[in-house]
Amino acid sequence: MLKKRIIPCLDIKEGRTVKGVNFEGLRDAGDPVELAKYYSKEGADELVLLDITATQEKRKTMVDLVRQIASEINIPFTVGGGINTAEEALVLLQSGADKVSINSAAVRNPELIRLMADKFGSQCVVLAVDAKFIDSEWIVFLSGGRIQTELNLFDWVKKGVELGAGEILFTSMDHDGTKEGFAIEALEKLSQIVSVPIIASGGCGKKEHFFDVFESGNIDAALAASVFHFREIEIPQLKKYLRDKGISVRI
Amino acid sequence: MKKTAIIDYGSGNVFSVFAAINRLGGNPFITNDPAEIRKADKVILPGVGHAKFAMEQLKSTGLDKVILSLTQPVMGICLGMQLMCEYTEEGNMNGLGIFPNVKVRKFVDSPKVPHIGWNELIDCKGMMKDYVSEVYFVHSYFVEVNPYSTSNAQYGGVFSTSLQKDNFYGCQFHPEKSGTTGEDILRDFLNLKTIEK
Repeated sequence: MLKKRIIPCLDIKEGRTVKGVNFEGLRDAGDPVELAKYYSKEGADELVLLDITATQEKRKTMVDLVRQIASEINIPFTVGGGINTAEEALVLLQSGADKVSINSAAVRNPELIRLMADKFGSQCVVLAVDAKFIDSEWIVFLSGGRIQTELNLFDWVKKGVELGAGEILFTSMDHDGTKEGFAIEALEKLSQIVSVPIIASGGCGKKEHFFDVFESGNIDAALAASVFHFREIEIPQLKKYLRDKGISVRI
Repeated sequence: MKKTAIIDYGSGNVFSVFAAINRLGGNPFITNDPAEIRKADKVILPGVGHAKFAMEQLKSTGLDKVILSLTQPVMGICLGMQLMCEYTEEGNMNGLGIFPNVKVRKFVDSPKVPHIGWNELIDCKGMMKDYVSEVYFVHSYFVEVNPYSTSNAQYGGVFSTSLQKDNFYGCQFHPEKSGTTGEDILRDFLNLKTIEK
């Protein structure tokens, strides 16, 4: 049976992890390689590395970092943030990333999804979508939530999958940072309209939230950052809790 | 020094396989040179991407015949294993035929495609007998259960997750991404003795 995946997300700026991290066991919690190794040993099923570096020039650091992480860890990882072209994606995949996620660039140029799916296979192409519930409609936002579009979340995701996206990473901006749980209704609806795996993101504050999102069986993975970085939730305990509640996880 | 050749035929990411073999002390090198491949102690046929493109690459470079002639242990990973089969629905074409009469088919009755994530190995035997555990998969086509299967998994129906015939081995999952279980499987492969045909 396929297991539900737990995915810590590392925000990386100019080669260093950002967002406060509180790790006693690590020499340098700002070092993404150390953190990635730590999570893979803890039992994370996958990692997402999100590059929030502002300038193109400094992005080269990310390629080196991806290579280092791929050299050291034995679980899959996705790299996202600021990928605008298939060439940029290729460099990351060749450096050891298993998947790349695209967000704003895909909205601006939907053909990029098709191009990448044709070149690398759908299984490498994650469509990341940030959305907010406005006037009873889920609206897609770009550039880390700064720019509002006119796109409806469900229409966009459906189109993205038709173009070749192999997985959806949906972040609810309304839930992100609240620690009050994932946007379950929207996630469930997404799972009804597309047949690719769905990763839930935004809103996780306690281990019960993971159970809530996995309970129906329709959501495949859940991503969180600060609850793991601040060790409010530890992955071995989380997985044991989920298993005891009847959710199929990898222990 | 024992060396592991990773066949480079323009098929996507081989770096992770390289890194995993390197961590295990298998002295990997990436090559498309037939002489280098023949000399290696172990050979890995990786593969991510489309079967048709990959098979055309193998044929146009003559690497298809090189692979068939190898006598040392050879492991196909993911698409690499699928290319070792007789026929694949991806591009509707023949593979290398190392596993005779074995077909690669597209997932149709399964919950979601691609099949992404950690799934349990079942029916483990032979080289896989100690690995009743979860391993990492990412694929849209699968190998039917067949006489060469050394493990299977359930996704919609049951499909074959590893194969063996003589010196040829295949893994549908990615051992290089399957945590310590994957490392153990790769270590077993690296420790195999070369058997003369």
